Amino acid sequence: MADFQSLDIRRLSASTEVPPNIRDATQVAKLIDVSRCIGCKACQAACMEWNDLRDDIGYFEGSYDNPSDLTPSSWTLMRFTEWENPQGNLEWLIRKDGCMHCADPGCLKACPSPGAIVQYQNGIVDFISENCIGCGYCIKGCPFNIPRLSQADQKVYKCTLCSDRVAVGQEPACAKACPTGAIVFGTKSDMTAWAGERIEDLKSRGFDQAGLYDPPGVGGTHVMYVLHHADTPSIYAGLPDNPHISRLVQAWKGMMKPIAMAGLAFTAVVGFVHWIAAGPNEVQPEDEAKGRDALDDKR
Amino acid sequence: MRQPPGTLARYTTAARINHWITAGCLILLALSGMALFHPSLFFLSSLFGGGAYTRAIHPWFGSVLLISFALLFIRFVRHNLWNRDDTRWMGAIRHVLANDEEHAPEVGRYNAGQKLVFWAMTLLILVLFASGLVIWDTYFFGYTTIEQKRIAQLLHSLAAVAIIGVWIVHVYAALWVRGSVQGMTRGVVSAGWSWRHHRKWLRESAQRR
Repeated sequence: MADFQSLDIRRLSASTEVPPNIRDATQVAKLIDVSRCIGCKACQAACMEWNDLRDDIGYFEGSYDNPSDLTPSSWTLMRFTEWENPQGNLEWLIRKDGCMHCADPGCLKACPSPGAIVQYQNGIVDFISENCIGCGYCIKGCPFNIPRLSQADQKVYKCTLCSDRVAVGQEPACAKACPTGAIVFGTKSDMTAWAGERIEDLKSRGFDQAGLYDPPGVGGTHVMYVLHHADTPSIYAGLPDNPHISRLVQAWKGMMKPIAMAGLAFTAVVGFVHWIAAGPNEVQPEDEAKGRDALDDKR
Repeated sequence: MRQPPGTLARYTTAARINHWITAGCLILLALSGMALFHPSLFFLSSLFGGGAYTRAIHPWFGSVLLISFALLFIRFVRHNLWNRDDTRWMGAIRHVLANDEEHAPEVGRYNAGQKLVFWAMTLLILVLFASGLVIWDTYFFGYTTIEQKRIAQLLHSLAAVAIIGVWIVHVYAALWVRGSVQGMTRGVVSAGWSWRHHRKWLRESAQRR
């Protein structure tokens, strides 16, 4: 069933308008269970397929990661890590990387173009490419290093969480294609509950530190991970341990804007007040006479 | 051009053209930069053909400004070296602001306020250009880390706000001190203006005649 309410907008980049907020939309989430992932890359293929993306043929970089990084046309990527656990055994950690759809999105906060980045009521953060001006501010705002600037059209791209599919009651293409059920999609509360069962199971199998990755520093995310080692997310190919919007970006996009505008307005007002109080500094006839004398004296 | 009697040549034609190219660039930079700085000013991007054009052209204005200002710097730097009289002049700034310059030391080609504007512009333009290169993602994305770009972005916006402030001071001073603007439009100032505001420079100029 189509669910166009999920296209209602909660937040809009660079806008002073407040979108309507009285309806209580269901929060969606994608849960990626890293412990069930076999690294088959079906999700990558499905993403390319559904979004009509074909990346350039790359080069072998000495790892299973293929392509070697996210690009403007590779919106999701399996990142492989060979990790030696404290018992000295090898663990092959495979994490599907891509946009986390933060509840407090750094990209949206940084974006200067009205409506180029939106957050829907259901929690999906989407780039509206027609409005993208290609400044790359979202890249600086993102705590997860996800958006990629295209050299083809100077626009930035990332995972949409298949907002187009979700709007018509479908799950994202990656979740649809996953053969092991490592990627599941539903309401955020259902996904959190399902993660709880999975974590219990992992703990019963000796993964004491198993847990859910739903980092509070960005207000939680709409893409969550079940990690067997949730105490050290960074071992999963650099997943941030405690992601938050950079303080530099917060200063630039927060306090600085009103303070700068007020400061400049104040400077101009001081000038005006000085004009009113002291008036123009005009050359007087006696200045002119003395000036001419000074010129003539030395002639 | 024949110089009218009772006037002094202050800026050559080349210096004036140089100044106005720089000025034009600075205004275009401020307008396009502010469009990207605050959502309430995004409408300014319409002046440049929309957001993407604004983003694309802003760094080119900056590149022209850098070259143009460098020439201006070479022209004027020797007149802007700080000396003891400048410190004394700053001490008497209260009188200057009250249009009473008789209580301040005699001024040469530039007063201390003008010198401060000169050096502030120089410093801020260097900061703006260097930080601007770091965030010119179209060409230089791969040369710096994202954290470096964040620092550059914050520095760029801080320096931009500061330079707009300096620009307001510069323009206000030119309008407040009557007879100044024609020095930069027609290249000449009156003997009276020189006597009132730059007496030492007037005497030096008279001797050189």
